Amino acid sequence: MNALLLLLTHPAARLVLWLVLVFAFIGFNAIILVWVERKVAGYVQLRPGPLHVGPQGLLQPLVDGIKLMGKQLVTPAQGDKVLFWAAPLLAFAPAIVCFLPLPFDARFKPLPMNLGLVLILAFSGLGVLSLCLAGWGSNNKWSLLGAARSVAQAVAYEVPLLLCVLAVAICTGSLDLYAIAGHQGAWPWQWYAVKNPLAFFIFLVCAVAETNRAPFDLPEGESELTGGFHTEYSGMGFGLFFMAEYANMVIVAAVAAALFLGGWQGPFLPGIWWFLLKIYSILFFIIWLRWTFPRVRFDQLLNISWKWLTPLALFDFALAVIVVSIRSMK
Amino acid sequence: MKRIKKAFTGLKSLAVGLGVTGRAFYAKNVTVIYPKEEVDNLASYRGHVELVGKEDAPDVPKCVACGSCAKACPSNAFTILCPVPPKEGEAASDPPVMGPAPQRGAKTPSKFILDFSLCSLCGQCVKTCPTKGLRFSNDPYLVSFTREDLKLDLLARLHSQAANSQPVPVPDTESVDK
Amino acid sequence: MHDAFDSAIRGDLSSARFEPGPTEDKLILSMGPQHPSTHGVLRIMLELEGEYILRAEPILGYIHRMHEWMAEQKTYLQFIPNMGRVDYLHAMAWNWAYAGAVERLAGIEVPERAEYIRVAVTELNRISSHLVWWGAYLLDLGAFTPILYAFDDREQILDILQSATGSRLTYSYITIGGVYDDVPDDFRERCIEFVNRLRSRLPMYRDLVTDNVILRGRCEGIGVLPVDMARRYGATGPVLRGSGVASDVRRCEPYGVYDRFEFRVPTYPEGDAMARYKVRLDELEASCDIVEQVVSSLPEGPVTAKVSRVFKPPKGEACMAVEGARGKILVHVRSDGGLKPYRVKLRAPGFSNMSLFSELAQGVLLADAVSILGSLDLVIPEIDR
Repeated sequence: MNALLLLLTHPAARLVLWLVLVFAFIGFNAIILVWVERKVAGYVQLRPGPLHVGPQGLLQPLVDGIKLMGKQLVTPAQGDKVLFWAAPLLAFAPAIVCFLPLPFDARFKPLPMNLGLVLILAFSGLGVLSLCLAGWGSNNKWSLLGAARSVAQAVAYEVPLLLCVLAVAICTGSLDLYAIAGHQGAWPWQWYAVKNPLAFFIFLVCAVAETNRAPFDLPEGESELTGGFHTEYSGMGFGLFFMAEYANMVIVAAVAAALFLGGWQGPFLPGIWWFLLKIYSILFFIIWLRWTFPRVRFDQLLNISWKWLTPLALFDFALAVIVVSIRSMK
Repeated sequence: MKRIKKAFTGLKSLAVGLGVTGRAFYAKNVTVIYPKEEVDNLASYRGHVELVGKEDAPDVPKCVACGSCAKACPSNAFTILCPVPPKEGEAASDPPVMGPAPQRGAKTPSKFILDFSLCSLCGQCVKTCPTKGLRFSNDPYLVSFTREDLKLDLLARLHSQAANSQPVPVPDTESVDK
Repeated sequence: MHDAFDSAIRGDLSSARFEPGPTEDKLILSMGPQHPSTHGVLRIMLELEGEYILRAEPILGYIHRMHEWMAEQKTYLQFIPNMGRVDYLHAMAWNWAYAGAVERLAGIEVPERAEYIRVAVTELNRISSHLVWWGAYLLDLGAFTPILYAFDDREQILDILQSATGSRLTYSYITIGGVYDDVPDDFRERCIEFVNRLRSRLPMYRDLVTDNVILRGRCEGIGVLPVDMARRYGATGPVLRGSGVASDVRRCEPYGVYDRFEFRVPTYPEGDAMARYKVRLDELEASCDIVEQVVSSLPEGPVTAKVSRVFKPPKGEACMAVEGARGKILVHVRSDGGLKPYRVKLRAPGFSNMSLFSELAQGVLLADAVSILGSLDLVIPEIDR
């Protein structure tokens, strides 16, 4: 028994345990989020949303998942088979890694590392590659257009995103999400969302764009590109993209919560609940956006990034640097 | 400066939009969840046509088998059969040979079949009927797996309606109120 | 390898005119007949350079049902249900156009009450058509919610129309010589109630959509249609009024009893997608005004003129123009004195409006093309007939 406990304290064993937990969390989250998304859509549109499978339709996403698994996997003729099927896996895999450095609670530390933020940013950047491969491997013109859009979009929005993340990192002097979250207090006025609202706003906009959510869902662009990069995917191929989208949403929401909303910290409740609450509030907001706004056009999307967000983020970054250097002079 | 102002009005419009959908979030659903609930305006629905029985004898149709509805129908949805009168010098066959209405001597239809899969509910038959012997039912549940099921025997329907002897609501659009 | 595949999928007459170029920069794309934003079965061949459209060519005929030929095979009365199927969103106007043409041909005097009811139901139907367009256009632009708000309102109209006509989409209500049946007693109250409801909803529409900066970005300055080009293609209805021409059949050549009502013919001079959008939203209000005036002055009397069961109009021809939700509907009937029309010509406004697309879409982005196509408000069954 003691030996087993000792084994559990071993970093490698803990990593495995965490990976299992992360898988479970992603799966659970995808189900819950699909349900939340459809319920929010329903209530916003004056209808009840899923209702019949399970209490309040809670089991509907699960049943949909089973349906997706039961579907035939079709590879388009003349498509690149390897790329075509590598793409959904490649979309999903980085999402798992990104969960490891998230600060769920002060005591949970699956992967102690002081460059957690860099890991997340690096791996979430991989996501766009999968969309690109999916678009290319499908041998479909709509998919190709979607892939081209996704690459340009990712490049445009990575820049302001990184800049406003850096603005926060400079203030705390660390790239460890635990340190950054711990640097803030339990109360809203101690959070960076209040101290640096511009960075928070830019981060949110970029987060929506990075996860390809409406109003920035151009790579899918259903009414223009019929389905964009996933036009040709059926069954679980599409299902994996779908799960990856929700996993990515959780990641950006978690990073936003850690960077700007004080992470796990909050009064009364244990840390993990606060963290989940913050994540889900941000997710709710992102979902709400989707069911309210029309889609922006491609050049407008790039203009928003290059003409507004990037200069603003640069300005914000410079401001943060000045503030920090003044403070350190004292 | 002007562009910054424009950007702010733009952002404000987005916030207003979020407010609209946010209010809808708390508003009442308008969905009628079908198997549990039903819409309340079926009384004014114009379903397939049905035969009207005589006032004194509800299982005898008012229809006089003149065949004018079949002629007026744009899509030939009616099959109205009556016994063909035997030719001069021939004995009446048993069972009698059926032919499309009108037939000499036949004052009531022997078979009155509406192929609902052809009907477009235009109401020409109801308008043209000289005896007001046809009317719209307000039955919206017309789903079936085969086309055969949609061939409605209106005489049988009239008989069963009369047997159930429930006063069939007259789907007169004037008496409809919500 | 790709050549073999390409030649296998090419080969129909329309796509043969789109040759892939020597470089691979040029994309030949067949948008539709199954595409979310071509609203039915319109097919558009596109020649793209990146996302910019070099050439666009609409291809028709996927839902051609030979309505004009059917008219020659049926009697005058039997053709009435066909008219609702031509344009299922504004069935009343088509019904009226056909019935009106036949009435002119046979010299039938329509009772006054029937004329008033015709105006009321046609305007209600126009509102419902514009509401569907509004929702579908927003759907094209990627906003999912407005269509359900629009359908919430449209449902009220359909309830009113159902109480009068018995159906919800294809009415066959306006018959030769009047209307099929009288309206129910509470028609007036329900219309007033609906008109007030819609008026109270319009500010919400404005807040959610019209003022939205993203929508304005997608519509303003997109698909600018100069007046002379609109005239060249024979554009009518909101498309023409969006270019600043106050042309409305209800006002220019009043039919029925339209000359007795006060209403606004909204025009916007910009000629872009936003102008067409605003014209239609203003028409909602204009139609509300008309409905209100009609139901508050609805005369008593019969609703159908006497029309013989065996209806044989005299030899001759007549035509009738009606302002539909999409523009000028024109039905031309020619009789040889027999039971069936000799020829019926249906002029669909959508056809002329759609032919604008090819020229409007040149050099715009694919996303803008979708916006332009939506702003023309096409109903494909009407175009194909």
